[in-house]
Amino acid sequence: MNDVGSSPTPNAPVAPSWPLEVWRVLKSSNVRQVSYVPDAGHATLIELVNADPDMVCNVLTTEEEGIAIAAGAWLGGMRSVLLMQSSGVGNCINMLSLANISRFPLLMLVTMRGEWAEFNPWQVPMSRASEPALQAIGVRTLRADKAEDLIDIVGCAATLAYEADQQIAVLISQRLIGKKHW
Amino acid sequence: MMTSQALDRREAVIALLKDRGSLLVISGLGSPSFDVHRAGDTDANYYLWGAMGAAALMGLGLAQARPDRNVLVITGDGEQLMGLGGLATIAIAKPKNLTIVVIDNGHFGETGMQKSHTGFGLDLARIGAACGFAESLLIEDLAGVEAARAQLQQAADGPRLYVIKVKAENLPRSLPPRDAIHLKNRFRSHLGMPVS
Repeated sequence: MNDVGSSPTPNAPVAPSWPLEVWRVLKSSNVRQVSYVPDAGHATLIELVNADPDMVCNVLTTEEEGIAIAAGAWLGGMRSVLLMQSSGVGNCINMLSLANISRFPLLMLVTMRGEWAEFNPWQVPMSRASEPALQAIGVRTLRADKAEDLIDIVGCAATLAYEADQQIAVLISQRLIGKKHW
Repeated sequence: MMTSQALDRREAVIALLKDRGSLLVISGLGSPSFDVHRAGDTDANYYLWGAMGAAALMGLGLAQARPDRNVLVITGDGEQLMGLGGLATIAIAKPKNLTIVVIDNGHFGETGMQKSHTGFGLDLARIGAACGFAESLLIEDLAGVEAARAQLQQAADGPRLYVIKVKAENLPRSLPPRDAIHLKNRFRSHLGMPVS
């Protein structure tokens, strides 16, 4: 077994405030459906949306399911958001044809792994490929490196997606999320 | 299982969609889209021409957005096999207004009729049952299709999966529009939403 290099941290990290702000932005953008493959970076936001009686939440077996769910929701007039980590981006590529060719609004919030204080080399290849792969299939990427920028970026991305019928991925940098604690 | 009495897929889909009322229908790429179009084009149909594996999950998104309407997805065995995990996601989501119908010919019909997993014996209805669908049935005759049709208008305790066994054959194509933006806009207009 590999040495993971550290004992459990004595104090759990303080939960950051940005997930609460993102949840508020999603609420004010009238997002009522959330689909996700869990990620540690999204853990607090996932708790918030699951506790929100006005949001319908779907846990997915693989990220591309959320692209199709969001498309169906838009057909019915509901705004949907998709949460994943960067390793899930690669799973989505062909399914993004659906958002692209139908011009379905799409908002993806992607927490980045493999780019900052990463201990797991397996996260690196898809991390490097995420942004170019999204752009290649026609998804615009907006990158957030600081928590204060993230809130503004998510709000603007929501407008671009739901008002201008665009396909947007907000890439939340690993530096912003912080080091994964083991 | 594939006896000479096996259903004609088009006959099965036409029977299923007879007197469909206010049903909203999404069809999976390939023959299911042709079958649904042949049964009667309406603004309440959304036809997929790609995004294999999407159909049932689009149905879930739509069913959650419109709990006041019954949603029917009609797709093929190959398409549903690609989205097998989606059956788990739908079962957990437990929509009461969503029915998935798999037109199962046991083959990948669009690409040269290669045998699919169901053709090798995989039973999608048992997978649906194991996932926790409220109802998950294998249907092999027209009487079964008629019984399923009656259920489509009813609310259920959870999602339903009907696997309809049909003959493996390539019928004359009945081509729906391929412009996905047109299909999207007319579908949303049908539900009273303006074109953005």
